[in-house]
Amino acid sequence: MSLDNAGIEQIKADALSAIKASQSLDELREVKIAHVGDRSPIARANQGLAEIEIEKRAAMGKLIGTARANINQAYDDKEKELTALRDSKALSNERVDVTLASNRNPRGALHPLTLLTNEISDLFVGMGYTVQEGPELEASWLNFDALNIAEDHPARTMQDTFFIEPLSSGLVMRTHTSPVQIRTMLENKPPIYVICPGRTYRADELDATHTPVFNQVEGLVVDKGITMAHLKGTLDHFAAKIFGPGVTTRIRPSFFPFTEPSAEVDFFFNGRWIEWGGCGMVNPKVLEVCGINTKEFSGFAFGMGLERTLMVKYGITDMHDIVEGDVRFSRQFGSGGR
Amino acid sequence: MKLPLSWLSEFVEFPKTISVADIAAGFVKVGFEVESIDNPAEKIKGPLLVGKVLTIEELAGHKKPIRYVGLDCGEGKSRYVICGATNFVAGDLVVVALPGAILPGNFVISARETYGKTSNGMICSSKELGLGDDHSGIIVIGGKAKIGSAALKVLGADDPIIDIAVNPDRGYAMSVRGAARELAMALGLNFKDISSKATISSLEKKKKRGKITPVLISDKTGADQIYLRSLSNVDPLKPTPQWMARRLTQAGMRPISIAVDITNYVMLELGQPLHAFDSAKITGTLRVARAGKFTELVTLDKVKRKLTKDNLLITDDKKVLALAGTMGGLDSEVSEFTVAITLEAAHFDPMSIARNSRNHILGSEASRRFERGVDPLLAERASARAALLLIEYAGAIYNGSSVKKTPLKKRSITISASEISSLIGTTYSDKEIEKSLKAIGASLRKSGKKWVVTPPSWRPDLNELPDLAEEVARFFGYDRIPSQLPPVKLASNGSSGLTPMQKRRRSMSLKLANRGLVEVHNYPFVSQSQMDLFGFTGDRAKTFKIANPMSDEYPFLRTHLTPGLLATAARNLARGEKSVALFESGSIFRNTEALKVAGNPPVGKRPTAAQIKQIYQSVPKQPLHIAGVIAGEMTNSGWWGKGRVVEWSDAVDLVRELIEDSGNEFSIEAVDLAPWHPGRCAEFRVDGKAVAHAGQIHPRVTSALALPEATVAFALIVDGLIYPESFKASPISVMPAAIQDISLFVDQKVSAEKVEAALREGAGDLLESIQLFDRYQKEGEGQVSLAFSLVFRAADRTLTSEEVSELRLRAGAVASKKYGAQIRS
Repeated sequence: MSLDNAGIEQIKADALSAIKASQSLDELREVKIAHVGDRSPIARANQGLAEIEIEKRAAMGKLIGTARANINQAYDDKEKELTALRDSKALSNERVDVTLASNRNPRGALHPLTLLTNEISDLFVGMGYTVQEGPELEASWLNFDALNIAEDHPARTMQDTFFIEPLSSGLVMRTHTSPVQIRTMLENKPPIYVICPGRTYRADELDATHTPVFNQVEGLVVDKGITMAHLKGTLDHFAAKIFGPGVTTRIRPSFFPFTEPSAEVDFFFNGRWIEWGGCGMVNPKVLEVCGINTKEFSGFAFGMGLERTLMVKYGITDMHDIVEGDVRFSRQFGSGGR
Repeated sequence: MKLPLSWLSEFVEFPKTISVADIAAGFVKVGFEVESIDNPAEKIKGPLLVGKVLTIEELAGHKKPIRYVGLDCGEGKSRYVICGATNFVAGDLVVVALPGAILPGNFVISARETYGKTSNGMICSSKELGLGDDHSGIIVIGGKAKIGSAALKVLGADDPIIDIAVNPDRGYAMSVRGAARELAMALGLNFKDISSKATISSLEKKKKRGKITPVLISDKTGADQIYLRSLSNVDPLKPTPQWMARRLTQAGMRPISIAVDITNYVMLELGQPLHAFDSAKITGTLRVARAGKFTELVTLDKVKRKLTKDNLLITDDKKVLALAGTMGGLDSEVSEFTVAITLEAAHFDPMSIARNSRNHILGSEASRRFERGVDPLLAERASARAALLLIEYAGAIYNGSSVKKTPLKKRSITISASEISSLIGTTYSDKEIEKSLKAIGASLRKSGKKWVVTPPSWRPDLNELPDLAEEVARFFGYDRIPSQLPPVKLASNGSSGLTPMQKRRRSMSLKLANRGLVEVHNYPFVSQSQMDLFGFTGDRAKTFKIANPMSDEYPFLRTHLTPGLLATAARNLARGEKSVALFESGSIFRNTEALKVAGNPPVGKRPTAAQIKQIYQSVPKQPLHIAGVIAGEMTNSGWWGKGRVVEWSDAVDLVRELIEDSGNEFSIEAVDLAPWHPGRCAEFRVDGKAVAHAGQIHPRVTSALALPEATVAFALIVDGLIYPESFKASPISVMPAAIQDISLFVDQKVSAEKVEAALREGAGDLLESIQLFDRYQKEGEGQVSLAFSLVFRAADRTLTSEEVSELRLRAGAVASKKYGAQIRS
């Protein structure tokens, strides 16, 4: 084959068109042997340079070199293109239905009472309170007498309180978490800012709205200059954090042996007032029993049922759901709450 | 306390425009919850007219008397209805529901064919109209009424009844007068007190000499006032006036007889319980006395009651007449033959009446009032009022009175406006203090900057500054109190935030939830059969018994969390769950130490430090446990294949993870402990003390509870762990690790944990971690092969292969020495 410009151009054009026409890496391998490899026309043309007259050799060499570079470039590009195509086809064949159920691991959950207790604890801890706990099986004196609940008070009958045998043991299942308040005051000097969540017991039959074993959270503050306005402010803040911004409370006169003045607290939710719990200024008789100087200190206390709070907050209509331990109930709340 | 609006309006000057809702809001404002507002008239629709009985035709031949009655209902022609009652005669005025009327209970009246006649309406009884329980006959209107007029107006039934809850400190409000005083205060209206000293003088003016029952207070702790009004010439068969009977009914009491109704009426009106004795049945002197030698009494409800020595009674010279302030005796009751009455009104000791009532499980309208405290000045007036009513409505003659009384103790409380203001958190002026306390009936005297307040006789609950502060705040409304957060201060002992144990309980719970377990809160009550089934022995068999349990089957407190958890697991499976994983954290109760019974210092008295210590020691320890159960599959089955069935090691691993996570060092031993499988229970020890157990549940227990055999459980004592005050992190080496495997044969009785510990000991400080990666039983030789992978790493250099080979051999040497392990390779 004669080595002229047109011949080189022809070789290049043939090679480029063959590369371009390749549909697969296999085809491209054939094209490589024919148009790119050592025996390809362009390689041979290069080998023929030696036979060319010396004065033409440089120009021809340059021409062949450029053509060869173009061919190699085209080949490399094509190879990349076809490799990418092959890989993407392979991945595409590995496609799966990612919507298939994959619930291998059973779903756990915290009980909503735990979630609510944690939420309330965190709220008050954030304000600087501590969380106090105490025994559920409690001395009658701490549950009643220390709270100014007289021996003949109706709450101290078998209709209301669980007593432990023998009755001379003086032990009862605590009917509120107030004995924790007493323990806190007996063990610590003011300032006292605590909440007391926990299990409590009253001899009520389980029905849609009652349970003999229930949970309460009580709050107790004893410090200098504590007023009923502080009680109201704390209840307003508490209600708004638990039930949502804008939820307000009202207090109305009531009676408890351990507070004076006493009040019931209601909150306004979904267009109506709902009873929440009891509260008031700690009765000086209670402070005195706990060794707190009533000339120097005053205090407030409040207490509410957590089951009731939970029922209102989440629209739960039957107490059985809360106490029966059906996994379908707790799973609705997950492990982080709703 | 049920309060008819018409009765309240005798004491409160209501403006014409006031609504029932305003009145209810007034009660709430001053501390009386409104339980219900009931207006029977609102439950009746359609025509209900006054009709006059014209003719009565008795229809014979039926099982009961049936009348065909002709009525004039002012319609211009007679109306005929069938009626089964017989308590009326021609000329009586009755209440007629015409066809189209709807009575309470959606009882629709229509014309109908019955007993061969057409009945064009119905003559109504009180019960049918929802006005009372009386269904013994139809209503016969006593007074005059226009024929054809609206019957409800004539009956006075268009009268809303407001039912309020009265708190135990407000006994005075268990009367129309007392509640009305509160209402007038709440609404800023005038209170008209119709009970005054004039009542007493007008009774005295009617006195005619006659027999008077003498009186004595034998037990001074039981009563401090007693008035007896002796009346004769009583006509016991006089009917109770309709208005009085209606009010008694409205207030929830049943009209009985004129004498009893009058005492009840006065009690409802003024709050003073009264008792009418048949004077003929009193021998000698009427006394207030303790039971002493008297042992029994049959009360009005026909129950024979065994008396206890400290019961407070009314007696005469020979016998018991009544359980004081609680219920009268059957024998001394007024009857249809009673012509002489001794009216008794006393001020009893509230505690004594409360004990009478509790002792006999007998609450009455009287005892409820006495327990809450009755105005000591009321006995005189109320008995006079009742006597006047007996004169007016039963034709009685007043013979005179006998009285025993002790002077009232004077009470006064010194307060200042600033003290009240600083307790409530808003400013009240001297004027406001004076106005509000006068409104509740107190008298005030200024002494310098202070007020000396004498509470009214009917308020035994007002004794100290906070009591008066409540009255002031209540008068001006609690809504005047501003809302303000207190400036929270750090606790005196410097603590803040959650305690380490509170945080640990939370993190353990969250970990278990994230491992797929659902938290439950079980009741802590267990049965004897549960205790037996679970095979609890030792401390776990010692529990506390509730004297008055909800269910006789479950009187015990739990000593372990597993009985509740397994029962709840079974419930979930019964409801269709295929597998279930649960956990619970809570207290357990073990009766392991002799009960240290503490004294019970009296209410209101500060105990000594020694007494407080004793009380604390009387309360048993109640450790916090966290426990779990997994029954069935550990991972779910699905399109990917079968799930993995749970095994003993899943429970063990959860506990391992919980304790590791707490940073506690622990060891594990195999133990035989019910309710676990005797060969599949691991005991975790921290500092030598058992803190947890985990493994497979005994098949006997699972089969009794219908749980799958693959049921595992664990229980951990949260307060058995150590909560170190500080912790130092170890630095992490970035030098390369060198891994050596070692396989050994050991006797199968040697636990893997012991072999691993020996290898650790021999390998020394350069050992970073160790993992058992293979285990098999050598056929028939009672030996197992254990293969461990040892990872070595130094902090400062690359370990040479010679070094680590040497360490591997040393590790193996300790295992050989301690447990006779043979190194295989």
